[in-house]
Amino acid sequence: MIVPDRLLLSGNEAVALAARKAGVILGTGYPGTPSTEILEEFHRLGGRSQWAPNEKVALEVGLGASLAHSRVIVTMKHVGVNVAADPLFTAAYTGTPGALVVISADDPGMASSQNEQDNRHFAVAAGLPMLEPSSSQEAFDFTLAAIEISERWHLPVLLRMTTRVCHSKTIVHSLRTPHPASHPFFEEDIPSLVMIPAYARPAHRKLRARLADIAGWNETSPLNQIIEGDSGLGIITSGISYQHAREAAPGASFLKLGMTCPLPFDKIKTFVESVERCLVIEEGDPWLADAIRAEGIPVERKLHEFRFGELDVERVRRIIEGDATPAPPPPGGRPPQLCTGCPHRSVFEILRDLHCIVAGDIGCYTLGVLPPFQAMDTCVCMGASIGVGLGLRHALPPEEARRVVSVIGDSTFVHSGLTGLVEMVYNRPETGHVVIILDNGTTAMTGLQEHPGTGRTLEHSPTGKVNFEEFARSLGIGRVQTMDPTRDPASFEKALVENLQSDDLVLMIARKPCLLAASKIREYERAAQELMACDCAHGEN
Amino acid sequence: MMPDSVINVVLAGIGGQGVLKASDILSDAAFRAGYDVKKSEIHGMSQRGGSVSSDVRFGPEVFSPMVPPGCADFLVVLEETQVEPNRHRLHPEGVLIELSFLDKAKISNRKSLNVALLGVLSGYLDIEISFWLEAIRAGLPENLHEVNLTSFEIGRQAIGSMTRAD
Repeated sequence: MIVPDRLLLSGNEAVALAARKAGVILGTGYPGTPSTEILEEFHRLGGRSQWAPNEKVALEVGLGASLAHSRVIVTMKHVGVNVAADPLFTAAYTGTPGALVVISADDPGMASSQNEQDNRHFAVAAGLPMLEPSSSQEAFDFTLAAIEISERWHLPVLLRMTTRVCHSKTIVHSLRTPHPASHPFFEEDIPSLVMIPAYARPAHRKLRARLADIAGWNETSPLNQIIEGDSGLGIITSGISYQHAREAAPGASFLKLGMTCPLPFDKIKTFVESVERCLVIEEGDPWLADAIRAEGIPVERKLHEFRFGELDVERVRRIIEGDATPAPPPPGGRPPQLCTGCPHRSVFEILRDLHCIVAGDIGCYTLGVLPPFQAMDTCVCMGASIGVGLGLRHALPPEEARRVVSVIGDSTFVHSGLTGLVEMVYNRPETGHVVIILDNGTTAMTGLQEHPGTGRTLEHSPTGKVNFEEFARSLGIGRVQTMDPTRDPASFEKALVENLQSDDLVLMIARKPCLLAASKIREYERAAQELMACDCAHGEN
Repeated sequence: MMPDSVINVVLAGIGGQGVLKASDILSDAAFRAGYDVKKSEIHGMSQRGGSVSSDVRFGPEVFSPMVPPGCADFLVVLEETQVEPNRHRLHPEGVLIELSFLDKAKISNRKSLNVALLGVLSGYLDIEISFWLEAIRAGLPENLHEVNLTSFEIGRQAIGSMTRAD
């Protein structure tokens, strides 16, 4: 791979480039803003990239590959780490002989998310080293550092990015070459890799010992930098907050932390003692300030007002000045909306007109909550539409319960809807239930990614396809109906009314490709057919 | 000649108008001219027909990728309705560049209005023309080069024939 020595890259592109240069053998994850482009770019650079059905599966596959002494990246948005948390916490116990870098792309300010959880808490909770880049150069450098730390201490490493690091383009001018990756092999190590209680107890002690060792190393690690300035004001910061703070207080002294778990408390203490006033500038929760204060080191926390939303240069200035008066809200722009001609529109018009209680889900179709539809009553997390809908059915009196519908997209259904459907069959509400899959044949919201229901891989090549109808029938759901809601909305409405009155378990699949994806899908299908014809001609099938 | 302070540009419009493409071309032109460059925007929900804006900053050294509130030297707006929602981003002495600067009849392809407005902007910035042309060619497929280079030139000419708003 030949790359020029000065590049203008997004943070996501820089991570992918570093992973490729390091010989990462597998990148896996689930699409989610602002993380999605990492795996797409890794594929474009020639790396092996895969979309998993969800983040939990992605992390398990990534862990497995790293247990074969190889280098792996697993990518997800912040809420994806919630889904992957089960393997994450115990992967900290098993550790890994290879390199496993888990990339959490947080979304402070919620540009495209349902919450603004601060995933730095995960590093402490699971006991994992964490690096926080502040630019594309650091996204490159810290990805390599994460791989090296993971290999040296045999632990998964969390690379915590945020929207403005993932999506901002900044200059990368130094492209270090990492030491080469080893060839994959598996070595039996039952006490380390089989987490029964007898082996997990010493594994927990081993994890804490490793973290203590890393904390010692981090005291002098080049990942943390001191920028000497005026001793009147010292600022401790990390990630994108550093960039805002350097601009807001150009004369101040800085301790910029690159590795924020485990923290280098001696270094922090020395820095704090070297300045008159020491302030922690951080986006999200006062996580860093609280951790430092818990060690008995006196630093100032930001005011409560700045726990909410993204920081910028102006907000950092106000933190320094202690000015918590809320900023005037910016003039409203035009809100996003379902595209003109979007197939979801017909379904939401019907749900609105029938006054259904709609348990909704995560995707483009969440926009069904806005005018002119306002046809969504709940939206919590991936897959919650089915569980929440079932809960409403259980609790409401029958005539009300019959109005409840769960609405979920095709990619979301594969991600977290399958078990919801199992629950529906297992703990059936008295009034039955109606689930509608809005199947537009793509993961539209994040930019038209493939998923197991499309039957195509990340690079759009044909592969095994999950058949929703067959899956539902195999569970014993009697009424499985597939319709194009745009072709004949009246029939769709009539069927929905009947289904709601039937007290049956019903899966309706509203299938019509996303307008933005339709021509691309036709192209992929044509290419697949040509490939098949070609293979047949060569007698390979 | 390098400006000794950071130049702040905000580009704004509606999803699908080429705001992000225009900011890619601008940041690439500044990058080719040797400046430190940062460009920032939000992806995701904003692409569903909603308001889109992108920040580009360049100069000897840029820290934050976001143009601080009220600090844009230039606000480039691709749709009339988006002027007011973004006006607060402009510095009191900043320059608003909007479609009325252009003789739209001369722009054969409306999809190249974004590049035409970059042509207007280019007249204010210290970036050599060759870097602009390289960035346009690098940022667009070959079959769109001619129409966009023409639109860029129309925008560049427009600036000479008008009185500046400030």
